[in-house]
This record gives sequence, C-alpha cells and structure tokens, in this order.
Amino acid sequence: MGAAAAEPSTAEPSAEPRTGPQVAEAREQMNIVIVGHVDHGKSTLVGRLLADTESIDPAKIAQIRALCERQGKRFEYAFLLDALEAERDQGITIDAARCFFRSEARDYILIDAPGHIEFLKNMISGAARAEAAVLLIDAAEGVRENSRRHGYMLGLLGIRQVVVAVNKLDMVGYDQAVFDRIVAEYRAFLARIDLEPAAFVPVSALEGDNLVGPSANTPWYDGPSVLAAVDAFAKAPAPAEKPLRMPVQDVYRFNREGDTRRIIAGRITAGRVRVGDEVVFLPSGKATRIASIEGFNVGEPTEAAAGESIGVTMTEQIYVGRGDVMAHVDAAPTVSNRVRANLFWLGRRPLTQKRTYKLKMATYSGLCEVERFIEVMDASALSDAGHPDRVERHEVAEVVLRLRRPMAADLSHAFAETGRFVLVDGYDVAGGGIVRSVLEAGADDDAMRWTTEVGSIDRPLREAMAGHRALLLVVHDDLDHTGRALAAALEESLWAARRAVFRLDLAKGDFQKAGPGELVPRSITHGLIAGLLNAGQIVIATVPWSDDHTHDEALQVPGMAAVPQCQVRFRPEANDAAPVGGEALEDDRDWALDPALEPRALHDVVKRRLERLIAR
Amino acid sequence: MDHLARLEAQSVYILREAYKSFKNLCMLWSIGKDSTVMLWLARKAFFGHVPFPLVHIDTSYKIPSMIAYRDRLALDWNLTMVVGQNEEALADGMNHTRGRLTCCTALKTRALKQTLDGTGPRYRLMPDGQYYPEGNREPYTGVIVGARGDEEGSRSKERYFSPRGVDNDWDLDDQPPELWNQFKTDFAPGTHIRIHPLLDWTEINIWEYIERESIPVIDLYFDRGEGRRYRSLGCDPCTADVRSTACTPGQIIDELLVTNIAERSGRAQDQEDPHAMEKLRRDGYM
Repeated sequence: MGAAAAEPSTAEPSAEPRTGPQVAEAREQMNIVIVGHVDHGKSTLVGRLLADTESIDPAKIAQIRALCERQGKRFEYAFLLDALEAERDQGITIDAARCFFRSEARDYILIDAPGHIEFLKNMISGAARAEAAVLLIDAAEGVRENSRRHGYMLGLLGIRQVVVAVNKLDMVGYDQAVFDRIVAEYRAFLARIDLEPAAFVPVSALEGDNLVGPSANTPWYDGPSVLAAVDAFAKAPAPAEKPLRMPVQDVYRFNREGDTRRIIAGRITAGRVRVGDEVVFLPSGKATRIASIEGFNVGEPTEAAAGESIGVTMTEQIYVGRGDVMAHVDAAPTVSNRVRANLFWLGRRPLTQKRTYKLKMATYSGLCEVERFIEVMDASALSDAGHPDRVERHEVAEVVLRLRRPMAADLSHAFAETGRFVLVDGYDVAGGGIVRSVLEAGADDDAMRWTTEVGSIDRPLREAMAGHRALLLVVHDDLDHTGRALAAALEESLWAARRAVFRLDLAKGDFQKAGPGELVPRSITHGLIAGLLNAGQIVIATVPWSDDHTHDEALQVPGMAAVPQCQVRFRPEANDAAPVGGEALEDDRDWALDPALEPRALHDVVKRRLERLIAR
Repeated sequence: MDHLARLEAQSVYILREAYKSFKNLCMLWSIGKDSTVMLWLARKAFFGHVPFPLVHIDTSYKIPSMIAYRDRLALDWNLTMVVGQNEEALADGMNHTRGRLTCCTALKTRALKQTLDGTGPRYRLMPDGQYYPEGNREPYTGVIVGARGDEEGSRSKERYFSPRGVDNDWDLDDQPPELWNQFKTDFAPGTHIRIHPLLDWTEINIWEYIERESIPVIDLYFDRGEGRRYRSLGCDPCTADVRSTACTPGQIIDELLVTNIAERSGRAQDQEDPHAMEKLRRDGYM
C-alpha cells in the first residue's frame, strides 16, 4: 500500500499474486467506539493508531509532516483526520464519525464519539453500534465528569469489553504513581456499575507509547498495548444457543402478485427455530406450529438462528401482529404491563409523571407512563440528582414504567434485544433504558372510575328488549378513511334493521388531542364505551390511522368480558375475509380486511359476522 | 453467520421497518451497483416482491444502456417503476457546460425534490414497456436511498433513518439519536425520512454480495473487451471509465483490494470542489 498515488481515473490491476475475495471474507470485523472527556486526546489516539498500523499510507503522513514544517507548526496526529477528510477523494475514507483500520487480527470500524456533553446523544448513538470501547482519561487532568458519564453509559448500553487508556503520560513524566492513582479511582467507579475493564494501559498517544507495542518509557508496565488489548476482545457470538425470541416485524400476504403465503416476518434475536416447532406468540398468547421457513434465493431452509431476518408460515392461520414475540412454549418471555428499568434521558423536556410517552422495545410500541421514580441520579458522579419527581436531560434514573397494554419482556442481561427500550417524547427518541425486572401486572383500575354504576335494569334486560346482544366493534381506520366509511354504512344498515346501534368516531374532536403523547386518557374512552354497552347498544368505534402504530393495539374495554368485542383492521393484501364465504376465522375476533375490496363487499362481510355474534 | 449474512440481515430488517412505517414509501434506483443490490435486498425482505415504487431520476444524459437495462429489469421483476425529470431545466437547455454543480443541482437535486414531493412530473412504466404520466402525486414520506458509509466523508455521518426538513435539507449537526435498531419513524408534517439500508456496506462488500447472489448488475461495470470499465455510473458527459480488464465480480474485488484510487474519481462533479458532495447532500442530494 506504500506506493505513491497513481494518476486519477486509472485503476491499475496489480501484478501481485491474487489475494482474492476469500481472504477478505475470512477477516473478522469489529466496531469499536472511542469515548472520553473532551480534549483527553481521542483524535490524536485515533490518528496515531491509523498511522502506526499503516492504515494510512506513510507517504501521505510524510506529506503532511512536510506541510506542517513549511507552515512552521508542530505536526500533530490529529491533523491526519482533518487532512484526510479534506483529501478523501484520494481514496481513503475517514471521518470524525467513523473510520476503518485493520490490525493483523481483524478489521475495525472506529467510531469516534464526541466528548462534549452537548453531543451525548451522538455519543450514545455511536456507542450503541459498538461491540467494545476504548475509554480515554487524561493523566494530567485525571478522571473527569464525562469519563464517568461515558463509563456509566457503556454499562447501560451493554458494552462489557472496555480498555481504559490513561493518556498523555508524557505530560506527567511517565509517573507510575499518577497512573496507579487514576486506575484505582476509576476502577472503583466502574465497580459500582459492575464494569471491569479488560486492561488499563498507560499511554502517550502523541509519542506512541503502548499503542501498538510496548514502550521503553514505561518499564514498570507489563500489560498489553492498546492494540493488543483490543485485538484480545472476543467477538460475541450471536446468541443462537439461548431460548428462541423472534419479535414479529410484520405479516405479509402478497395476494396481488398471486402469492398466497401468509408470512410472519421478523429477525431472530435469540435461539433457533425449526420447521415443525410448536411456538407461542406473546403477549397475544396464540400458539401454533411452524409450517415452513421462507426466504428469497435461499432454497427451502429447515432451520434458522439468531441474527437472521426470516419469515415463517404457520400450520394454522392465527392472527398475530407486530409487537408479538415468537418463542418456544417452554421458555417464553414474561408478559406484563409493568417493568422496573434503568434509563438515561436525552429529552429537551424532563421525564415526568405528567406526560405520556411511547415505549419501543424490539418491535413492540405502546404508550406508557412513569408509575414511580425509584432513584434519579447525576451520571457523572452517581449521586442523587436532588429532584425525585423528574429526570432532566443527561441524567439517569431507576423507574417503574406502566404500559397501557401488556408486552412480552425479558431481563436485559439475559436477552439484549427484548430487554431494552427507547422512550419517544413527541417525535423524538428522548431516552433509553434496560429492563431490570418484570413486575406483576397492574389492574387497569383507572378505567373503572369512569364506568357508571349499573342499576336493576341491567344489560341482559335491555338486550332482551332490543332483541339482540350488545357488542363492541372497533374499526381501525386507514388513511383513505375506508374504516370511517365502513362504520357509517354499518350503522345505517343496522339501524334500518332496527338494531340498537351507536357509532363513536374516536378519530374526531377531543379524542385526538394536540399531538403524540396527548391522547385523551384511555380510561375515559373505556368508561364511555362501557356505559353504552351497558345500555345494550351495538357500539361501533373507529380509531384513527397513525403512522406510528399508536393505535395498533386492541382496544379492549375492561370489565366487559361478557360482551363480544371484535376489531376490523385494514391491510392491503389481507384476505382472511374472502368476499364470498369469508368464514375462515370462526373464533377470531380480530379481522384483517383488504381495503381494496368494494365498500359493499366489506360491509356485507362484516355485517354478516356481526349478525352472528349478536344473535341471542 | 458470515459478514455478508449479517449485513444482509440488518439491511432486510431496515427495509421491513421502512415498509411498516411509511404509507408513501419509495426506493431510489440509480441503476448503479449499490442501489441494484438494495433492490435485490428488497426482494429478499419481501420474499421475491418489491411492494413499493422504484424511483429513477433521469437527467436525460445517462449512458443509454442504463435506461434499457432499467426497463428490462423493471418488467422482468414486476417492479413499479416511476421516472422523474426536471423538464423545465431541460427545455431551457441545461447541461454540464453551464457548470457541473449547477447542472447536478438542476437535473438531480431539483428533479429529485420535485419528484418526491409530487410537484414535478412522474412517469410510470406500464406492461407495454412505455412510460405514462402517473396519477399519484402524493408526496413520498419515506425514501429509501442506497448511500454507503464508506463512499465519502459526509455520508459516514448518516443515520439509518435520517429526517429531512420541509426544504429537503439535512440538519447534519442536530441529528436524532439512533440506537438499538429503534429508528426515527415519527415525523412532523411536511418533512420526510431518508432510509439508508446500505450504510454499513463497503464497496468490496457490494461486489462480494453481487458475486454470492449472482445479481445481474449492469455490464458497464465489467470490461467488455476494450480494457476499460466503469467503477461508478452517472451521466455520460461527466463519468469517465477506468483502465481495467476485470470482467467478473471476483476480478473487481481483487482489483479493489490493491487500489488506492477513490471509487468516485471518475465522477467529474466531485472534482470541482472538495466539499461538493457535502454541499449537494445538505440540499437533499442522494
């Protein structure tokens, strides 16, 4: 690679022996994030690592050295990053965000995480993609606030492989006592969050001490260099040997292309699955067997394992949807609407009990509130933040979260993907956290506050008067308002047939307040619907379509189990309501309909099913 | 799983998230190797189908065989093919002699913006092989783009799901956090999201995957007997071929492993200004 740059717009095929793609394929790749307090020397360390591993053409470095000399300024390795960015059209890719380098052991992507507090969200985005970390501490300055904050974040993000480089040792005369003091202080801090670094390395990035090999300046140190410590990190195997977890991403049926397969798509996050396996989907609780594993250009697989994005078909056509987690029956996740969690907060507005947030974990998405703050801390000191009722930006906390509808959850240390979540406030991800324990489900007692007391003229009496049963039909609208039109048509035809029917459009007025997180409390809606059902009505409620699937969840009214509750959703390509017959899912009350069907056909299919359910 | 299987699984996951999250979703297809690999990944994700339109911005100066290849593949693979163009600028005689960046801005950036937001014309390929005006002018709120992180500096700062403002602009300095495959799918009206399934792929990964899957990329990438081939495709007047006898993906990979010439060195507009791409991208270029 040492040759001078050739003339642009030619690519000289090499005369060297074929190295071949086989060689490239065999090489392992690892993402490493470089973190630490601002000005503790990250750019210098990265530049020097690139130079000393010859990931940058030495001729290029000589060029930059000469340039510095001409301009009368001292050469710095950090210049390599800037210089190469400016000269990236010369074929070397480098950037403040990511750069590529290779050691004898493997290829690395270095993610440089900003050290400034304002960029904590970028640091977290970078670190969340990393498998291991190098954390820098300036020997002269010692452990600083972001040294601790970044260390804490690494622990929270589940990065367990960490090397701590105590940098700028040349500035303190390679004094072992300084090094030992920093090691003792920082190790004690990390111990509080159960993080034990693989190594503490005394380094001068500027002088190249202990970066890629041992240094004569630190005879008292006999540990690995930074590169050796990083090379010694183990690549975490995909957790194929754990129990199966596959969060359902989507369900497909590409009818229009003449493809009749109903494929449940998702990425296996743990374990493995085989054709014939009996599986359960949680929280819906539906169980069936795997009929096939589907793919494109892959033949007919009989097994798939963690890490793979796959599709499966089932022996029975059960209705499952996004947010369900597929697992084996004997080792399934826990279902609850309450979890205890550790979280960090990045939002401009503090996390409070007054607002509703959207929680996203794997493919689950649902509204939640903070039930209780257990502890709110300043992550840079692990000390009490002094305000137990909110979490400010850049603080961390332990909380109990309460979800509007249950989810299948794991503990984060056992299953990373199904045990960690983000919280969305408005349009933005405002925080993230990990599940520490899954608590007992809380009763939705709130909803019952709004339900009216039922007198001696009760629902069965009113049903007898009307000549049919009460029923709740929830219609999930789509953008074209197919649902609203269907609901209106049903109301009219049921009314014409002398049914006691009442239509509620939850897409209108106060049911849809200002924006995300501002919905009218579900309990009020529940109370209203429960009242109408107790009055013996057939209630048709439309809920709005939303880009973010806020309303994907089943709208179930607590305490009304005696009344049939069913739902209609629109899914292009769905055909479990074949216009003729259409009785495929006799017991299923969750109906997926193709919005492209004629309005009349849609109406007829649903009406026929309703008539059967309200018959006394 | 090897590294290609991991890259594939992540890209497929991203594509499925995009499909689930956006009602008006499209994929930009430049006919180049990267977006053709991305198209292949879409067929992986959706089990042989591509359930959203492919959008191509035709500057009218593309290498002619690119257009023939585009239409053939679109018909063979049953794609919904939509083509957009800045007809006003072309009628006005826009071409690269007026300045390459000026030309790119008009025929690519501007054309793209108008096609995406529906203010410009959209033409759709029908089974007879002809293009007809498309009735659907709804803005695309999700746009899948084949940018790779290793291509050039500004692209490596991208997120998988990257919001664009009302003016199609990219606020590079205040990007939302992205972690644990939880992507930004909530957005204010008038804005849209760019989706980047290939962010983690390198140029070599692309060729390795083309080889493994036998993806029929356009043959301009290979030497067809004249000792020259294209490494990156664009408009005829502004794209130079390179000296090379590579005529299979394997030979191209061999060549890449020993070269230190930039992939886009044959793209004249990049040479006009060292920060050309960053400027174009801030304004909404791919």
